Amino acid sequence: MAVPEPSPAVRIDGLVMRYGDKTAVDGLSLEVAAHTITAVLGPNGAGKTTTLETCEGYRRPQAGSVRVLGLDPVADRRALMPRIGVMLQAGGAWSGVRADEMLTHVARLHAHPLDTGLLMDRLALHECGRTPYRRLSGGQQQRLGLAMALVGRPELVFVDEPTAGLDPQVRRTVWELLEELRTDGVTVVLTTHYLEEAERLADHVHILDKGTLVASGSPLELTRGGTVATIRLVVTQPFPPGAPQSLADALGPTTELIVLDEHSLQVSGPADGSTLAVVSRWCEHHGVLPESLTLGQRNLEDVFLELTARETEVSGS
Amino acid sequence: MSAGTFTPAPGAAPVARQVLAQTAMEARLLLRNGEQLLLAVVIPLIVLVGAVRGSAALDLGSKHTSVDVLTPGVLALAVMSTAFTSLAIATGFERRYGVLKRLGTAPLARGALLGGKIGALLLVEVLQFLVIGAAGLALGWSPDVQPVALLLAVLLGTAAFAGLGMLLAGTLRAEATLAAANLVYLLLLAGGAVVLPAAAYGGLGDVMTWLPSGALGEAMRDAFDGSVAWRELATLAAWAVGGGAAAGRWFRWE
Repeated sequence: MAVPEPSPAVRIDGLVMRYGDKTAVDGLSLEVAAHTITAVLGPNGAGKTTTLETCEGYRRPQAGSVRVLGLDPVADRRALMPRIGVMLQAGGAWSGVRADEMLTHVARLHAHPLDTGLLMDRLALHECGRTPYRRLSGGQQQRLGLAMALVGRPELVFVDEPTAGLDPQVRRTVWELLEELRTDGVTVVLTTHYLEEAERLADHVHILDKGTLVASGSPLELTRGGTVATIRLVVTQPFPPGAPQSLADALGPTTELIVLDEHSLQVSGPADGSTLAVVSRWCEHHGVLPESLTLGQRNLEDVFLELTARETEVSGS
Repeated sequence: MSAGTFTPAPGAAPVARQVLAQTAMEARLLLRNGEQLLLAVVIPLIVLVGAVRGSAALDLGSKHTSVDVLTPGVLALAVMSTAFTSLAIATGFERRYGVLKRLGTAPLARGALLGGKIGALLLVEVLQFLVIGAAGLALGWSPDVQPVALLLAVLLGTAAFAGLGMLLAGTLRAEATLAAANLVYLLLLAGGAVVLPAAAYGGLGDVMTWLPSGALGEAMRDAFDGSVAWRELATLAAWAVGGGAAAGRWFRWE
């Protein structure tokens, strides 16, 4: 008899969410395996926060279904809420409340809370002292938000951009904390803008764009491009009109050229030293001053930018 | 699985404990806020002292002394300021700052949140009654308390104004709530038959007693005059049911 697969912590099936005539989430399906760190990436407006808020029971799916720990976040709200921890992107505390008061209050709403002193230590919240919430720094508010998400000892935490605005040292502390959560059996779902954060932490990455899933896999799976190499060119002035098209012509059909924005482009394919030479000659010819020109394996950022690059004018306009 | 620091042990606290925690927190925040304190205690005291002094020269057309008429009115004003204005403003900003959203997953049940708010209102009202009552007694107030009528007036008045306050806070933006709650408070203070008896408004007096402000004022004055104003209490109950139902229907959590 087969051992049953552990059921996923989150299962989203054909989710559709619209605001007016704008579709924020467009038939999204994805799963989050239990006891993992799963990162949800995507450009602004990709539908990340809407998807998270649907999992947290704040929004009712307009089509499709969402199950969190096997429960319906809206219908089974009372049963589900104690089992999840939520870190909002911003706010979530009274403007006049002190950090320790707020954390203690949230702890009191739970049956078996963590020791608040321990969380205050781990997230360096003692430095907040008697300062009211509205006068805490952005980083302090972030860390308090994370502490509030964890104090109830949840099985699953949703953290929306946990390290936005934190200095590098504190970011590392938060990363270690999230890894410890996974070790202790907590499932972590995080959204982030920092691709190195996803690459470093996540077991699994879902990349969203325009409300749909465009890629999914471990960071290694996503960045594995075989023998494909990537040349990245960043220039100091915007590209002259039509220039990217002439580079694409010069490189030939075996390579793919993607204009990432008006200052950078990326060439991928069987690139080698001679490809690099073509690019640098092209720069010289167009009087384009490179800020950086790199040849290397793809990282998660390359994958992300390729997948989510807006329709760009490679074909000239 | 090893028992690490963060090994899951989820669960909500019992509702009674949540209500107590929420009551303590909300009351503390209300009393810490300078503007709220001004509204809750300082303004009613100024109104009481000012009106008693000012009315020495006036004839309120009553067999009672002016302090006997005015103190219950100021107590009604205090209930109105806390249950309506303070509650609406605090809740409006809780919505704005995502506090309600946050506590919803904390996991604070909506019933426990309301219970906590009501608890905090009653706690603050007890403090207001002690301070204002003491000031009234110092000015020569000699009340003839009808305890059941007083309890009903405070509870029904609180419920009526709290329902309307939540309706306001749950449908308008925080700044608009702030402005509207203060404006309504001032209008009712000036012309809502709260502090002054309905009889002082001449022909309009009858209309006034159908307003929550007038009904609460009259019910309070009767309660401190040894009688029960059944019609006004019923009016407050109707406002409480209507306001509560409307708030329940239209309140948006964020």
